[in-house]
Amino acid sequence: MSGTYLGMPAFPRAAAVSTRDAQLRANLTHATHTIRDKRARAVAELDDWAQLRAAGAAVKDRTLRHLDRYLEQLEAAVVAAGGRVHWAADAAEANRIVTELVRETGEREVVKVKSMATQEIGLNEALEKAGIRAYETDLAELIVQLGADLPSHILVPAIHRNRAEIRDIFRREMGRWGRPAPEGLSDAPAELAEAARLHLREKFLTAKVGISGANFMVAETGTLVVVESEGNGRMCLTLPETLISVVGIEKVVPTWQDLEIFLQLLPRSSTAERMNPYTSTWTGTVDGDGPRTFHLVLLDNGRTDTLADTVGRQALRCIRCSACLNVCPVYERAGGHAYGSPYPGPIGAILTPQLRGLAGPLEESLPYASSLCGACYEVCPVAIDIPEVLVHLRERVVEGGPGVRDGARVVLKPAKGHAAERAAMRAAAWAFDHPRVLRRGMRLAARTRRLHPRRLPGPGRAWSQARDLPVVPPESFREWWRRTRGGSSGQPSREQGDTE
Amino acid sequence: MLARVRRALAEVPREGAPGGAGAGEPPLVRDYRRVHGSRTAAETVDLLAENLADYRALVHRSDVGGLPALIGRLLAERGARRVVVPRGLEPGWLAEVGAEVVEDRAEQTARELDAVDSVVTGCAVAIAETGTLVLDAGPDQGRRRITLVPDHHVCVVRVPGQVVGSVPEALPRLVPGRPLTWISGPSATSDIELDRVEGVHGPRTLEVVLVEAAGGGVADGG
Repeated sequence: MSGTYLGMPAFPRAAAVSTRDAQLRANLTHATHTIRDKRARAVAELDDWAQLRAAGAAVKDRTLRHLDRYLEQLEAAVVAAGGRVHWAADAAEANRIVTELVRETGEREVVKVKSMATQEIGLNEALEKAGIRAYETDLAELIVQLGADLPSHILVPAIHRNRAEIRDIFRREMGRWGRPAPEGLSDAPAELAEAARLHLREKFLTAKVGISGANFMVAETGTLVVVESEGNGRMCLTLPETLISVVGIEKVVPTWQDLEIFLQLLPRSSTAERMNPYTSTWTGTVDGDGPRTFHLVLLDNGRTDTLADTVGRQALRCIRCSACLNVCPVYERAGGHAYGSPYPGPIGAILTPQLRGLAGPLEESLPYASSLCGACYEVCPVAIDIPEVLVHLRERVVEGGPGVRDGARVVLKPAKGHAAERAAMRAAAWAFDHPRVLRRGMRLAARTRRLHPRRLPGPGRAWSQARDLPVVPPESFREWWRRTRGGSSGQPSREQGDTE
Repeated sequence: MLARVRRALAEVPREGAPGGAGAGEPPLVRDYRRVHGSRTAAETVDLLAENLADYRALVHRSDVGGLPALIGRLLAERGARRVVVPRGLEPGWLAEVGAEVVEDRAEQTARELDAVDSVVTGCAVAIAETGTLVLDAGPDQGRRRITLVPDHHVCVVRVPGQVVGSVPEALPRLVPGRPLTWISGPSATSDIELDRVEGVHGPRTLEVVLVEAAGGGVADGG
């Protein structure tokens, strides 16, 4: 089935490989540039975009500050409307709950709406271990699943594949999962979409269990909202008898009215449309229309740990539009897989290290996967200051400090990889405190300048791999000053002559 | 988990917060627009038509008197043999339908619906700025699945009464407890090279009939 993010290498190593993939870079450049211009046009249609953005951020901030209250309100409303609510502290617990709920139905197959939360917890793999087959029904997720691949974009998980690659995957794999691709399938997008329609129709008509995420949950009414384009979401939300929705706790908004903000911000930011083709909302269950049983699984999985960090908390405002990916120069070149999680790009660089904690080399490397150019902040519809959080997380990586992991207070140790940098900084500080040492050091550096390597050895190698080492001048400023007294006596220096 | 949330929010003052929408904080600033631009009712309907067409819905106009003929013609041109309709649809609308009419029933299976060619419904609200039709499963709209499984959807919008300008104007007219489907053009995908292609799982052809109350009618503009 599909691959796994476990044991992924740190960002620089993964990116060193992916940036050499010319096909990948061409696919990504084409796709991200197409959507960039369209988004700008869609946003420019609304002259109150700045006010909507500020209101979106304010609603999310308020919700997060009183999250316990809104979750309790949501639970009560969902239960009152005939749904059941389950709480999952982490991925393992969420997978256990969902597996058990599917087992209770006696079914061995489920249809799935594209959902970031279920990607994050690895639900498909967990279900497979329990002998339950999950069919992804979003076109891009289908491409990823059939290709035994990993998603590389929040909105378009198969963005790294071009039309010819998609045709090849459909021709090769569809027959093994169900209805084969039509004879003579070309790489025209309309034909590929038609092939997906035919392949999945049979699954929709027979499915008894659907699994989804949600874009929003309204606390006051208990309403869930799924925003989509293809209609696969509607199929999974209305045809099965049982619906299980796995949703991160940060997706709650207080009131029905708040949707007026997000239903304007999200479509224009993600697919650059005035409105996406289909939006479904449902509140519990309805007699005779749609699923008879509805389960809501509320997922923590690192979100409360993130909430405890007052700077990093803003990452939980994210509405998963993916605008930040589409404008990011690093994402465009490195591709989504290098980020080692379902959340790639700038938002992934701040979300993954917080949800998982700064737990290993990958998570520690992600806050550095950015040039801090700020384009992501500019396009973010809920004004997440991604550069601010990146710098904040870099500080945590280098210096460590107090944090929260799995709900418990912990003290983070400084990351290992930065020992050489810290040692160099300590040595420099000491040298600057001892003028004689500094003078001798500089003189030695100047005399040996012809022998200096162009790349640093040992721990410094990574630094000089992408940078030229500065050339040491033949004479230090201090020596020049001592020789010329700043040009006031003796020969004026050339530099001074130029500026006079 | 709620205990974890509360621990994480230790810095937020808890006393005296009454809960509900405000959670004890001052009201949110909602200084964005209720609607973008000022339009007459007729201009709002024109904008709806324009935006629906921009996302590849086929838009027709009719007065009440001409509606049965128009619906009959659209279904005939499509070659529809079986048409599903919600129980509360105005019976007169189907007066000139030649195809077999199937009623939306609770015991109907998805597979039975898959053998139906077209569906005719009304709607709850239409939003001009975004070119959106909102269905709320009301008597003239039926169960959600009837507008999903057939490949051809004819949706009748009463203008100007059912048309609002914007998303903020639409939400207060909708009942959150009802299952809602917001439709903006036929089903589409941007999943291949981030380029929009119409027609995946939902109806690939969406025809919208803007029907005006008797007297104010405009001829069918095709």
